[in-house]
Amino acid sequence: MNTLVAQRWSGLLPPLRLDPILTALLLLLMGFGLMVLYSATEQNMALVSRQAVRLGFGLAVLLVMAQIPPRFYQAWAPALFVAALLLLVAVLLFGVGRGAQRWLDLGIVRFQPSEGMKVALPLMLAALLARRPLPPGWLDLGICMGLIAIPAGLIVLQPDLGTAVLVAASGLALLFLAGLRWRLIFAMFGLVVAALPVIWLNLHQYQRHRVMTFLNPESDPLGQGWNIIQSKIAVGSGGLAGKGWTQSTQSHLEFLPEPHTDFIFSVLAEEFGFIGVILVLALYGAIVLRGLHLASRCRDNFGRLLSGSLVLMFFFYLVVNVAMVSGLLPVVGVPLPLVSYGGTSAVSLLAGFGLVMGLHSRRRFMG
Amino acid sequence: MKKISAYSGAGRVRDEQAERSVIERRFRVMVVIVLVLLILLGWRYGQLQLGAHEMYAARSEENRIRLRALAPNRGLILDRHGRVLAENRPAYRLVIVPERTPGLAETLERLADLVDVSADELRRFEQQRLRSRRFESITLKSNMNDAQVARLAVERHRLPGVEIEPYLTRHYPHQGLLAHVLGYVGRIDSQDLQRLDRDQYRATTHVGKTGIERRYESLLHGRAGLERVETNAQGRVLRVIERTNPQPGQDLVLSIDLELQREAVAALGDLAGAVVVLKIETGEVLALVSHPGFDPNLFVHGISQTDYNALLADHRRPLFNRFLAGGYEPGSTIKPFIALAGLDAGHITPEMTMYSRGWFQLPGHSRRYRDWRREGHGRVNLERAMAESVNTYFYQLAHDMGIDRISRELALFGFGRATGIDLHGETGGVLPTRAWKRATFGEPWFPGETVITGIGQGFTVVTPLQLAHATAALAGRGVTAPPRLLVPAESARMVVHDEANWSAVFDAMAAVIHGPTGTARAVARQLPVRMGGKTGTAQVFGLPDDIDEEDSREELPEHLRNHALFVGFAPLEAPRVAISVVAEHGGGGARVAAPVAARTINRAMELGY
Repeated sequence: MNTLVAQRWSGLLPPLRLDPILTALLLLLMGFGLMVLYSATEQNMALVSRQAVRLGFGLAVLLVMAQIPPRFYQAWAPALFVAALLLLVAVLLFGVGRGAQRWLDLGIVRFQPSEGMKVALPLMLAALLARRPLPPGWLDLGICMGLIAIPAGLIVLQPDLGTAVLVAASGLALLFLAGLRWRLIFAMFGLVVAALPVIWLNLHQYQRHRVMTFLNPESDPLGQGWNIIQSKIAVGSGGLAGKGWTQSTQSHLEFLPEPHTDFIFSVLAEEFGFIGVILVLALYGAIVLRGLHLASRCRDNFGRLLSGSLVLMFFFYLVVNVAMVSGLLPVVGVPLPLVSYGGTSAVSLLAGFGLVMGLHSRRRFMG
Repeated sequence: MKKISAYSGAGRVRDEQAERSVIERRFRVMVVIVLVLLILLGWRYGQLQLGAHEMYAARSEENRIRLRALAPNRGLILDRHGRVLAENRPAYRLVIVPERTPGLAETLERLADLVDVSADELRRFEQQRLRSRRFESITLKSNMNDAQVARLAVERHRLPGVEIEPYLTRHYPHQGLLAHVLGYVGRIDSQDLQRLDRDQYRATTHVGKTGIERRYESLLHGRAGLERVETNAQGRVLRVIERTNPQPGQDLVLSIDLELQREAVAALGDLAGAVVVLKIETGEVLALVSHPGFDPNLFVHGISQTDYNALLADHRRPLFNRFLAGGYEPGSTIKPFIALAGLDAGHITPEMTMYSRGWFQLPGHSRRYRDWRREGHGRVNLERAMAESVNTYFYQLAHDMGIDRISRELALFGFGRATGIDLHGETGGVLPTRAWKRATFGEPWFPGETVITGIGQGFTVVTPLQLAHATAALAGRGVTAPPRLLVPAESARMVVHDEANWSAVFDAMAAVIHGPTGTARAVARQLPVRMGGKTGTAQVFGLPDDIDEEDSREELPEHLRNHALFVGFAPLEAPRVAISVVAEHGGGGARVAAPVAARTINRAMELGY
């Protein structure tokens, strides 16, 4: 690309409160994502354009979020959090979905309220901690843990372990960024390890089964282990350079489950090989590092903590999905951020980036 | 930098600078964590994609490529003149693909109206359906007739997922005529699988169960072809990558002459029995009849219980292979062999005579062994003894020779062991010896048993095939080959005897038919050539040792009547064909079996054998 043209175009972005580099990286990722989606959906153009429309909508949300003054949603954070909590309760009462109740059907659109919590919880925690001296003390820690545990618990009840873990992780990441002392961190870690047996006993049968097959997928190669095994075959058979775009046999011959949603990364790995994987991981890495950079340069703690945790949430998505697809983590149903087919998570992630860019753009102008 | 306690309570002073540096340090830690995690993920993918690539590439290929076997066309079976005895006929079957059939139950109901689906077929369909995948076609009804195909073709647009599929089915155009020779093919079952090469039979549905179809299965079957196909995870075939065509099975040309076979069956008429015609020199089987036969076509698609029960219930036992496994007492047909043994052992000469007064008695015993003619035959030489089937002559001869010598001689002609014909299920009959009796009954041999062995009674059991083979060996002056339907065996000298002795027995056997007092003289008129023969009657229930050759015992109920037998060869001067006939419950060999043989030999001569 011509540097001059790039400069002229990027010159338009700061007034829109968008970061040119992060925006370019996100667009690059989404463009590539649509390309992989085209292959993973058996070249179903209708599905791809539907996803493109959703991403477009997500970008619009990003733009809008970037314009909203941080003070506004900082003030409304408790209300938004309570609203998101109520939606989570509603989904338990009136939700729809196969096996697990995760969706609210509003007639025109169906969406997952747990996605809203992914923004609402960091917002709530950042708003709370911004008004408190850092690093957080025992009291703040206790309040924050409660604020994390309630929504996470509600999501586990749906049940949707993957999202619950992500929501909790983003909250904990925020506490970490806020300077939570290391001994508290280790103490919490020890507590979690001690609580593992209790958690295990309270897991759903299918969740336990998933964990068991994760530990030994070959024990049930045609049942629960199938996904992991077939996904690893797809990844491994890709080799260094891959089988070529749209040449994935594992997904086209239907060996791979859900190749366009949770397992789209294995399609990518199969078609573009190790080179493709490294390039895409580098792209994600660049997005995360750029996001963290913008976050760290916000003018106040609220901005830093909120932005940082939103970017890290995006990163957790990536790590959980990519690790799951390669058999490093159990199959928990976490999409590949901005690439997997599906609207709600893309929109909430882009909304998050809108907040990040908006917060960063106000580092000098806000009083 | 001023250190601020986090626990200084409400009056705590906020130090923005310090807070900021804490957060920034945490951001730097986070950056490191992010980088480490990304490197770990990259490492993991390197492991899978570079380290284990070969293994996963192979597994992916395994996933994708499947081998599909293609069934070869079965070889035809022809008679010696190339007339078709077993063929592959195009047929149609009705198949259903459950995946494409919306209302399966309704569809089945409508099909039952249209093409008359039996409960058996429905049951088999359901079994198959449970074992198949939804996109696989399952046969509901095979071998549909034209009317059914036509009716289906009209209704087909209203029956989604229902298809009419052409295929080849085994067909035996001559039905029962050759059922016991050809056997039949049937669906492969678990027993068959144990003896078959599974790789070759992956796509084959039918296998030879009996007869030639079974014996020459390996030739008839051919070699399976192979398709490398790309499949998806459900096994649905998406495309063919590579194909090796199957090699069809060999066509088999049997030694059977269809014309002669037909004549022999016609000659038997309503009689149950067996006819075997052999070419003496080569052992080629020209006709091989077990009558009544059954329609082997019934078995190809799985015989219905009703049909099978009917076959089992038939008191004439159509499923029973008489020439191969039917054990009969040889009766007087054994006499030529006894005579030859006697000549060779020097106990008799052709000229030597003895007096038949109607019965024979062992020295020191009171039991009388009778002639069939109560008053006896008077003074008889070998020729008359053979022609009139004089029992006392052979009682005496047998007694003189002793059982050991008799057994040895009969064994030379193949009695007591299977002939080795190229068919499954042959039995070897019984050739009694002292050892055999001790082993079977735990008793010693009694002299009286030697006496009745001389007229083919007692323990001796033969199959029609053995009789024909022994007769061929006799007519060939000791030289013949084992009976064969496909590849003739090498002729060999089975029996070595003085040339003059053979001629003497031939002359005596000629007198049976052409002599003035021969038991079978009635058939001489029908014959275009001179032939040698011997009648026999095997008792079905015991009136020991006074079997009346002329008495057909017609006053007896059929199932108690004697079996009529005949062995012979033609032409007398230079024998080319040998024959054996068994007519169950026919009565006397002369009256019933000889005409069957004569008519068959007549036709064989016409056909130029």
